[in-house]
Amino acid sequence: MPEPLPEEPHVSGGQRAPEGGAIAATGQDGTMDLATTEGETLEKGLGNADAGGPADKARSLWSDAWRDLRRNPVFIISALVILFLVVISLWPSLIASGNPLKCDLSKAQEGSQPGHPFGFDGQGCDVYTRTVYGARISISVGVCATLGVAILGSVLGGLAGFFGGISDSFLSRITDVFFAIPVVLGGLVLLSVVTSNSVWPVIGFMVLLGWPQISRIARGSVITAKQNDYVQAARALGASNSRMLLRHITPNAVAPVIVVATIALGTYIALEATLSYLGVGLKPPSVSWGIDISAASPYIRNAPHALLWPSGALAITVLAFIMLGDAVRDALDPKLR
Amino acid sequence: MGRYVIRRLLQMIPVFVGATLLIFLMVNVMGDPIAGLCGDRECDPATAAQLRREFGLDKPVWQQYLTYMGNVFTGDFGTAFNGQEVTELMASAFPVTIRLTIVAILFEIVIGITLGVVTGLRRGRPVDTGVLLTTLVVISVPTFVTGLLLQLLLGVEWGWISPSVSSDAPFDELIVPGLVLASVSLAYVTRLTRTSIAENARGDYVRTAVAKGLPRHRVIRKHLLRNSLIPVVTFIGTDIGALMGGAIVTERIFNIHGVGYQLYQGILRQNTQTVVGFVTVLVLVFLLANLLVDLLYAVLDPRIRYA
Amino acid sequence: MRGATHARWAAGAVAVALTATGCGGGDGGGSGGGDSGAVLSSSWGDPQNPLEPANTNEVQGGKVLSMIFRGLKQYDPKTGEAEDMLAEKIETTDSQNFTITVKDGWTFSNGEKVTAKSFVDAWNYGASLKNNQKNAYFFEYIQGYDKTHPDDGSKQTADTLSGLKVVDDRTFTVALTQKFSTFPDTLGYNAYAPLPQSFFTDHDAWLSKPVGNGPYAVDSYTKGSQLSVRKWDGYPGGDKAQNGGVDLKVYTDNNTAYTDLMAGNLDLVDDVPAAQLKNVKADLGNRYINTPAGIIQTLSFPFYDQAWNKPGSEKVREGLSRAIDREQITDTIFQKTRTPATDWTSPVLGEEGGYKEGLCGDACEYDADAAKKLIKEGGGLPGGQVKITYNADTGSHKQWVDAVCNSINNALDNDQACVGNPVGTFADYRNQITQRKMSGPFRAGWQMDYPLIQNFLQPLYYTNASSNDGKWSNADFDKLVDEANAEEDTAKAVEKFQQAEEVVRDNMAAIPLWYQNGSAGYSERLSNVSLNPFSVPVYDQIKVS
Repeated sequence: MPEPLPEEPHVSGGQRAPEGGAIAATGQDGTMDLATTEGETLEKGLGNADAGGPADKARSLWSDAWRDLRRNPVFIISALVILFLVVISLWPSLIASGNPLKCDLSKAQEGSQPGHPFGFDGQGCDVYTRTVYGARISISVGVCATLGVAILGSVLGGLAGFFGGISDSFLSRITDVFFAIPVVLGGLVLLSVVTSNSVWPVIGFMVLLGWPQISRIARGSVITAKQNDYVQAARALGASNSRMLLRHITPNAVAPVIVVATIALGTYIALEATLSYLGVGLKPPSVSWGIDISAASPYIRNAPHALLWPSGALAITVLAFIMLGDAVRDALDPKLR
Repeated sequence: MGRYVIRRLLQMIPVFVGATLLIFLMVNVMGDPIAGLCGDRECDPATAAQLRREFGLDKPVWQQYLTYMGNVFTGDFGTAFNGQEVTELMASAFPVTIRLTIVAILFEIVIGITLGVVTGLRRGRPVDTGVLLTTLVVISVPTFVTGLLLQLLLGVEWGWISPSVSSDAPFDELIVPGLVLASVSLAYVTRLTRTSIAENARGDYVRTAVAKGLPRHRVIRKHLLRNSLIPVVTFIGTDIGALMGGAIVTERIFNIHGVGYQLYQGILRQNTQTVVGFVTVLVLVFLLANLLVDLLYAVLDPRIRYA
Repeated sequence: MRGATHARWAAGAVAVALTATGCGGGDGGGSGGGDSGAVLSSSWGDPQNPLEPANTNEVQGGKVLSMIFRGLKQYDPKTGEAEDMLAEKIETTDSQNFTITVKDGWTFSNGEKVTAKSFVDAWNYGASLKNNQKNAYFFEYIQGYDKTHPDDGSKQTADTLSGLKVVDDRTFTVALTQKFSTFPDTLGYNAYAPLPQSFFTDHDAWLSKPVGNGPYAVDSYTKGSQLSVRKWDGYPGGDKAQNGGVDLKVYTDNNTAYTDLMAGNLDLVDDVPAAQLKNVKADLGNRYINTPAGIIQTLSFPFYDQAWNKPGSEKVREGLSRAIDREQITDTIFQKTRTPATDWTSPVLGEEGGYKEGLCGDACEYDADAAKKLIKEGGGLPGGQVKITYNADTGSHKQWVDAVCNSINNALDNDQACVGNPVGTFADYRNQITQRKMSGPFRAGWQMDYPLIQNFLQPLYYTNASSNDGKWSNADFDKLVDEANAEEDTAKAVEKFQQAEEVVRDNMAAIPLWYQNGSAGYSERLSNVSLNPFSVPVYDQIKVS
């Protein structure tokens, strides 16, 4: 594992380790020692000359970010799109009156017609209704898998990168074990033994084999962030581990994680389609974009509309999340303020 | 440095054992592979029992694993159900997949990083938005759809390429499959580079370099890019293993007889020997790629040293 | 110049006509429509087992064996009738003891003579447990099989079948354990092919480059990617290859093979994916064939599950059968490459062979009201929902299972009445079947081994038969099949078999869905392409220009 050549003996891994327990308390009660305050001032001074004055609790990094976000049109648009998607996931019948499971084979592959704006798929099901109803599963798979992966991955990766030494070796090797197994292969093998037809096995599988990706990224950025002057300065001034992690390293290391996670969200929804394509994903009568995309792909020449609409819905969802991720990332980056 | 490499190599042993054990157990969970060998028929019990005995499937799993690993260390990866040695399968499959992976990685590096730098330096401009939308489409369409579409358009409608790859799989035939394979990763690389560049472009050392009057391209290449590449290199490094093993869908669409094809066949036929053998090698490739990435860190960021 | 071109064209046309009428100028005539030296390429799948005749039980391996081997009998590519090939005569007085005489003048492509011993050795090898031959059960009616292949797990006590005796160079006798009047007709199956001595003396070398006695000889074999066969000039049979050879290319996905055909990369695809059927006319014009094959798709039921095997459940099964609109599904999903089934055999058997159109009667007619009524009378669907299990890795099963379920749901006015239940791999699917884990109907496809009605009934519905996946058992059926097998007169035997089939119908032991056609598309270079009743291209007759 990469490990910085200790510049000063007292910050070497071995001596840092025991501090971990004591610091947690400091972080919780929110008291701020001199060292940290100075560290923050230093950091802000580097980033933005206007942001002078002592940092008070109300204007923490996160509340600053929130204030920024509220003014960002990209954030507002993407948040509205996501809100809309969440609403139709919860109550699809608001905008689609049909039954997604009602299919009439005699209408198979027919195009758009009154009452059926998106036409019919290969089984004669209404594409519009299925696209609306598919949002629930696809979005819950995407969001839950991404959350699981991001949390598990960044916690483990971040800790490994921050503490270094034995814990880094240990965590990194576990990461390697899971990372080494190709995802599609793992899906074919693991999901083929699952008989339940809920979304949880699919999500669980994605988290199980997906977290190492975020973990590696998080570890890499924490290692980089650790080298930064302000972190070194804070450390030299005796800042606690948890404070350094939360105040200095996380905001600076979280950007790549958010970028990868928002992209991953899209790929997880698409992965669900690939799993359906291979016959181990969600099964009917579940309705999801993945199921529909994989079912429509062989008919790409005759009924492209059946492929286009669920893919389009997927693309809009992914776009919304990526833009949201971008906006959040910008807001979290003190240097961009 | 030398000590670090040796330590890493030693650490590979537990990872190797862990990963192979994991895949061994996973394949075993799938159940009895003999049942699929007799077509739409039930194998007659005597032949089935004999086959199980011959492949060692009548023994407890831990014993199967130990025997298997013992054999692997002597270079014997076992025999597939069609009577072919797994090492023979590897000899034919790995060169093909390595070529495919090289093509894919090149696409990631050349196109991904270029686009990332361009968009990172021009955040919010039309070119940034354009690339964002393109990467978005690439991400949101599953690989099998991209593959089928390109195959149909380029291979049949326009006749630019042959829709399938011949069994020799030379580099020029692998360009389109490589692009399909790289597509999602390409999007990741672009986005990661863009973010990293945008962040570092405001770094002191860049400002200093610009202030010193260094030419723009030199600043970008020497200072900005080098420091921005760490997350990207991490990603590409871990992607090598994923690309090699994850080509199942791409190799199936373009009929490439590489690792993904052998793995897929192995899984369909529950051929433990093939699947575990190939994954074992993939794990090794992955571990070495990771080591390389970590060593590259030091090259890219002089502040990182290895003890 | 123009005139000259025309003249050449005319000469070519004459050559085509001559070749077509069988008046071609022999081998090596490189002009016109029948270049007997030209090689064609064809799609193929990686065979699952080593290419030994008694170890090959799927179509892809069988394809190769049918090119490089000729057995005692050969099934006519058009009618499916078993005709003598290497057999000069097969005689019996009691339908139980047979004397087989092999024709003179046949050799393997390595020059070795094909003798009675070539057959006896091959059959003994196939029947011997220690050789792990998966088609061993084809020899189960020959005396001594219980010694060479004890099914109870006890030790094998003999290496050779006591029922096989070489009389002289060209004659051998076969003694069966029971009467089996149609035994000679089964001998066209690959498992009964003769084998050269090199198979036994240098097995590994033989496997890497199999040697047989068919119209083609293996030229090179790269496992997992390509097998090339070339015309064997010394082939003594009448069905000499009309082309220079065939390159069989392995495809994992039949859609890729079809795409390659469209792009001109491949000459012959014998498995057109269901999703492309709608485009076939536009893509290939008349270079597409769609002929009946000896394949029937059915839905089997888990009779080991009490829910499906109680009084009245035959009504539920019949109700389900009547809720499936076969006509619409075969038209829409399969573009008429399947024909709605009205019995449990196949039209390729012909009337005399035992196919009886409409034997299923009303039970196979779509009628939503009758379906609802029957299912209600039978006590409703077990658990309120049926799950149709299928394997998702091969074929286009998802499409039709979803369509069948939609049809059932629409007929019963309940959108949860039926759902498809895909299983990722065929191996896992077979596992679940053999371990009796099915909880509802499951896909069962049957491709005949030889064109006899016996082959459509006994392996599938006889108590404990090898492909009786639902474990259906009926004493009346078993009795009728036994009687039919003992019957020496073919017509009477067929009649008995049809009576047995009626027992299957009355119990609705399996729901017949449709007869599957063989479909193939080919490039402009090829002509005279046809599929035999096993849906395998008749390679030796294909002409390449």
